Formats: sequence, structure tokens, C-alpha cells
Amino acid sequence: MLKILRERLRQGHRTAPYPQQDPVLPERFRGRPRFDLERCPPGCRACLDGCPYGALQVRDGRPCIDLGLCLFCGECAASCSAAALMFTRDHRLAARRREDLLSGADEPRLAQALDARMKKLFGRSLKLRQVSAGGCNACEADLNVLGTLVFDLGRFGIQFVASPRHADGILVTGPVTENMKGALLDTYAAVPEPKLVIASGACAIGGGPFRGSPEAHDGIGDLLPVDLYIPGCPPHPWTALDGLLRLLGRL
Amino acid sequence: MSAVTLKNCGLVPLAALEILDFCAFAAALRQEVDAQGRIAALFAAPAGEQFDLFALIARDWQGQLALLRSRVGARYPSLTPELPQVHLFEREIAEQYGLVPEGHPWFKPLRFHPSWTGRDAWGRDPRRHPLVGEMDYYRVAGEEVHEVAVGPVHAGIIEPGHFRFQCHGEQVLHLEISLGYQHRAIEAQLPSAHPLARVQRLEAAAGDTSIGHATAYALVCEALGATLAPPRAQTIRALALELERLANHVGDIGGLATDVGFLPTASFCGRIRGDYLNLGAEICGSRFGRGLVRPGGVAFDVEAPRAEKMLERLDSMARDTQGALEIFFDSPSVLARLEGTGRVRVEDAEALGLVGVAARACGLAVDARLHHPQGAYVDTFDHVVIEESGDVFARARVRRREITDSLAWVRRALRDLPGGELRRRVAPPAAESLAVALVEGWRGELVHLALTDARGHLSRYKIVDPSFRNWSGLALALRGEQISDFPLCNKSFNLSYCGFDL
Ligand code: SF4
Ligand code: SF4
Repeated sequence: MLKILRERLRQGHRTAPYPQQDPVLPERFRGRPRFDLERCPPGCRACLDGCPYGALQVRDGRPCIDLGLCLFCGECAASCSAAALMFTRDHRLAARRREDLLSGADEPRLAQALDARMKKLFGRSLKLRQVSAGGCNACEADLNVLGTLVFDLGRFGIQFVASPRHADGILVTGPVTENMKGALLDTYAAVPEPKLVIASGACAIGGGPFRGSPEAHDGIGDLLPVDLYIPGCPPHPWTALDGLLRLLGRL
Repeated sequence: MSAVTLKNCGLVPLAALEILDFCAFAAALRQEVDAQGRIAALFAAPAGEQFDLFALIARDWQGQLALLRSRVGARYPSLTPELPQVHLFEREIAEQYGLVPEGHPWFKPLRFHPSWTGRDAWGRDPRRHPLVGEMDYYRVAGEEVHEVAVGPVHAGIIEPGHFRFQCHGEQVLHLEISLGYQHRAIEAQLPSAHPLARVQRLEAAAGDTSIGHATAYALVCEALGATLAPPRAQTIRALALELERLANHVGDIGGLATDVGFLPTASFCGRIRGDYLNLGAEICGSRFGRGLVRPGGVAFDVEAPRAEKMLERLDSMARDTQGALEIFFDSPSVLARLEGTGRVRVEDAEALGLVGVAARACGLAVDARLHHPQGAYVDTFDHVVIEESGDVFARARVRRREITDSLAWVRRALRDLPGGELRRRVAPPAAESLAVALVEGWRGELVHLALTDARGHLSRYKIVDPSFRNWSGLALALRGEQISDFPLCNKSFNLSYCGFDL
């Protein structure tokens, strides 16, 4: 017993002082991409052609990245010899509308809060049922981390619950495999109205690395109305927390 | 002898692999197994109207691999009755190509996807997607016998899978595990995928084993292109693989602590696991090693100041890790729950072909780092951790001891990184060849095999994740146990659903 107490004292208290202080991310963390259009050589398509998922696109004559399709692998930035594209350490990536995930040279459009009625319902206590629908389990692993001491999700009134009947919404990971489609729709149906749907990770938003698989659905977009998109492969726990708190109007 | 022998990361021209008639193939396989060979993979590939069967045998004590090849039509006599370790491989081949292994004692679908040839081995309508989980389950009848069905959606943030227990009171007579919910058609899609998407799908074959699967893929590409990754890259890969092992082993012990209600270790390990993931992110920016391993080498360097900083952080992490493990393993109430629970006999482990932590906990010395070393493991890895008791305790203790070993290995590698370049261009793949790579991931052996066609394009890619072998071990561990011990037994294996489903 003494030994246990000694170890407790030695290892101490480690909850991060978030959101009072910005989280510290590794130097090579790849968050929101940044374009420096002045550097783009005329006619260059080097980055566009390299992405297997079509995440790099041209909109209104200017390049941008669809954060919903991007895996943040960084290969495009590495292939840009003009250094016009780089990934910053900005972890704030979540958005409410699909089109707000297009990230170019303009100011990012971060997730807005729920409307007043929904915020009144969920703002102080949000219970979510998580559904894994394919994917690789890294998304799940980093959602589980939100419950550990460092992030301590519970202090924000957000909790993952076991039964959809006790939930205010579902948080989906994975590209929605054919074999999980039924269970996903059943779980959604079991959540009482009004309810939220959160797509977490590249898979759930657009199929991720499994985009185009004959056994998966390229995400939940065609199946359920989505209230919040959390990009990443997997999303960093800070990215997920940022998205959830913005949705609730807490940031 | 009709088998072709090779080393790990080797390549064989298909023409060199004699096509044996099935009887000779079966006899040669039996002979290999009698001589202590392990069947590391058995898979099919189309050959005109027929199908080639390939078997990869690991002759562990010789440090050698061997390949056997045969050709079959729509049916062949099942090898499972004599060689139980191929039971799942035969079911997999049946589901993929519609080939029927006649006399298979447990013949059911595995992942519930339509066959690749339009021919269904179970006589289902090939135009309709099979219904996941629809099969005959083993049932025990009798008074006081009841069935408990769990999943596919579980409580908590975990992957889907279906478990059926046949129980007599509290006691489990039999557990049947039915998966496939996470099936994403990775194998079927790999040959036609964009090269970058290939490695990314493999990084996501089992998300907690990204480095392992990406390394196996890179080694296969390098074998096909007769190109070696530079020594510095090889060491960085192995370093990342050991960090992956550390993060997961520490997390698993935390999980066991949660299940037995020993909260200090549960909460320490949860945090320390994150510290290892974050240390990996210092190398490549991703907590799951995404983007690090690429054919030809690695995409990120560990420069001297970075190595220095990592070593410093490792010192305090190692202290925290040892502290958290010590109080767990020193606690009599914890040991009482682990010892004797979920025992797997060594004969069963061997017959089923278990790998990795689960096999080593039964006393089997199976570890590709020792027997089939590649890259930075050559001459630097000299002993396998084994435990004899085959129970939850043994699986926990194997992890504890491997944590100590991996920590030492990582520190040595960080102090002693070879110089030189990080990545080489891989030459175009050899035509009509077969390449193989074995990597000891944290759960166990990962086996990747690739076949190329006459133009050197990938025509078939085969992946064996350790969870494919080991779920059967969990089912056996539950026999005769209390159903309330399922969570603890399950955690002690901690297998991957997506790694099985692919
Ligand atoms: S970082 Fe995103 S946009 Fe760039 S290549 Fe990778 S997936 Fe495509
Ligand atoms: S988004 Fe990436 S990390 Fe998440 S489940 Fe899909 S492949 Fe895995």
C-alpha cells in the first residue's frame, strides 16, 4: 500500500491546463495546411497529381485541400519544390459544414456553435454513443484517450455512454463497411430526438484510405445528416476536443 | 525436395516453384510440420481456370522459410483434419475464390463478403451480398445450458465483433467468435491501388500496428526491386516498431489493471502509453507512425539533437513505466486474478499455429526478430521472452519482460544510429516472382507476400495479421472458465478486429 502511495505521489497530477493554455504538439505534427500562392510556379500541378484521394483540388483557380479527404500524410508538401504548401501545427480543423472543410489561402471557417435551442439542451451535458463502422481502430484509440487524465473529457460535461437510448447523438468512425451499415443505422434510430451526428476521422467523412472500396461507403455523408466533421487520420485528441467544444459553444 | 527455401525478405521466381500435385503438396506440408515447421501462410491465386495454392513454412530453428506450390480446381481435400493450423486459411480461400476444402470440420464464412470469382463455396446467391454473421453457430443443448450472445456493437469505444457463449450456469463450454464487420477489402484492392494508397491502406490495416504493416509492405517492395533500405532507415524503422510495441504493451497492462480494478496502474499506464505514442510522433508527427515507413527507407530522420531529446524523455518514461508495472505485479490481489485464468495448453497453441505474445506465453519460442531477423535486428536481438503457464498472468508477464527488453533496445539504437541516407529509389519489381516478408509486430508475426505478373505488376497481395491466428486462442482460453472472466481473458489477448477483417 505504501508503495502504491509513493508511486502516486511520484507520478503526480497531469491534467493539461486546456483551454486556458494552447496544447503543445510535436514539432512535426501536421495540422491545417497553408498555401503561399505567390510561390506557386505558373501551371504547376505537382501537388495535385500526387494525392491518391483527390484531396488537393483547384477551386476558383486556386489550390486548396479538402480536409475531409486528406490523411495529413504530408507527401504533397514534400513534393512541392517551391515550398508553397506546408502543414502548420494548427490543430483546429473541425467544421460544421462539409464545404467548410475546403482549406485554401483564405481564413479557415472553424466549427460554429449549435443554435440556441440545441445549445441549451446539450451545452452543459452531452452524451455520445460511439459507433465503429470499419476503419483501423486508431480513431477509436485516440477517442479513448480523451477519457484519460491528460484530456479529462468529463470536466467539460461530455461523456461516451454505452446505450444509444441514453445518448444525445452518435459519433461515427470508419468508412461504414457494408457489414456495419445496418448496425450503424439501427444505432442512429435508437437515439432519441433531437440528436447529433459527428463524423470523426477521414474514413467517416469520406472513406479515408479506403475511399473507393467496394465493401465500404466512403463515409457517412450519404447515410446520415452530419452536424460536425472532425478531420484527421486519426484526428489528434486535441483536434477532436476542439471540435466538440466549439460545437457546444465553449470555445 | 520440392520446397524452395529462402530467407526472410527473399524473392523466388515463380518458375522455380514446382507445381506439385495435391497429394504430394499435402505430404510435403505434413512432413514440414512433423519436422517442427510452422505454416505461416496458405493462400490461393488464380491460374487460368484453376488456382495456385501457396504455402509458406517457417523453419524457425534453421532461420529459414520454405515455399510449396500446388494447383487445384473447384474442390480439394481439406488439410485441416490433419493440420489444424490451416483451418482459417482454408476458410479464407473458400470465401475469396469459392474453392471448397472437402471434409473441413468447421466450414463457415469468415468475413462475409461476396467471392472474388462469382462462385460461392456455400451455395449462397453470388449476386447478393452475404449477410454478416449469418451462419450456423455451434450449439450445446441440455438442461441448464444457455446461450449468451454479445455484439456486434459493444459498450465502450471499441470495434465491432460478435461473440456467442454456450454456458452451463456460469461456466463457458464453448465460445464462438464471428467477425467481418470491419472488412474493407484491403487485400482485393491492393494490387490496383495508387502506390501511396497501398502503403496507407496497410498503415490502416490494423491502426495500432501501422509501423509493423508498413514495414512488411516496404520489405516486400524492396525484395521485389532487389533494393535494400539504407542502414539508417532500417534502424529508424525498428526503433519505431519497438516504440509501437512499448506503447501497446504498456496500454495492455493498463487494460488488465482496469479489468481487475487496480486503478493506480490503470491510470498510470493509460497516460504512459500516450507518452510512448507522443515519442513516436516526435519522429514523424503522427502518434500512430503514419507517414514514416516508405518503400526504400523512411520519410523522416532522427537527427542527433532529436535522438538526444528522445533519450532524455525515455529516462523519465522508463522510470514511470517500471513504477507502474512494479506495483501491479507486486500486488497479491492482482496476481490472484491473473494466475490460472484463461489457460491455453502448449499443444493447443502449437496445433492452432498461435503466434506472438499469446504463443510465447504458452512456452513456444516464436519470434521473427530472433528466427528471421531483418534490417536492424540482425545480430542485435538475441533472446525470446517465454513464459510457461499459458494463462492471463503469463501473457501479462511476457509483456512486462518485453517492455524491459524493448526499452533497452530503443535506447541502444538511439545512441548508436548508423549514418547515411534515409531513402533509396526502389528498382522496378521483378516479373513473375513471389516476395515475402515477416515482421514481428507487437501482437505477433505479420506475414506479407506479393506475386507479380509478366509485366512486373502486383497480381496478388497476401496479408496475415497475428490476430488472424490468435482469435482461436482466445476461444480456447475461455473453455471451462467463468463467463465473468471473459473481459480479462479478452484483454490479455487484446486482438485486432480490423486486422482480422482486413
Ligand atoms: S497530405 Fe492530404 S492532400 Fe497531401 S497527399 Fe496526403 S492525403 Fe493528399
Ligand atoms: S480515419 Fe484514419 S485513423 Fe481513423 S479509422 Fe480511418 S484509417 Fe484509421
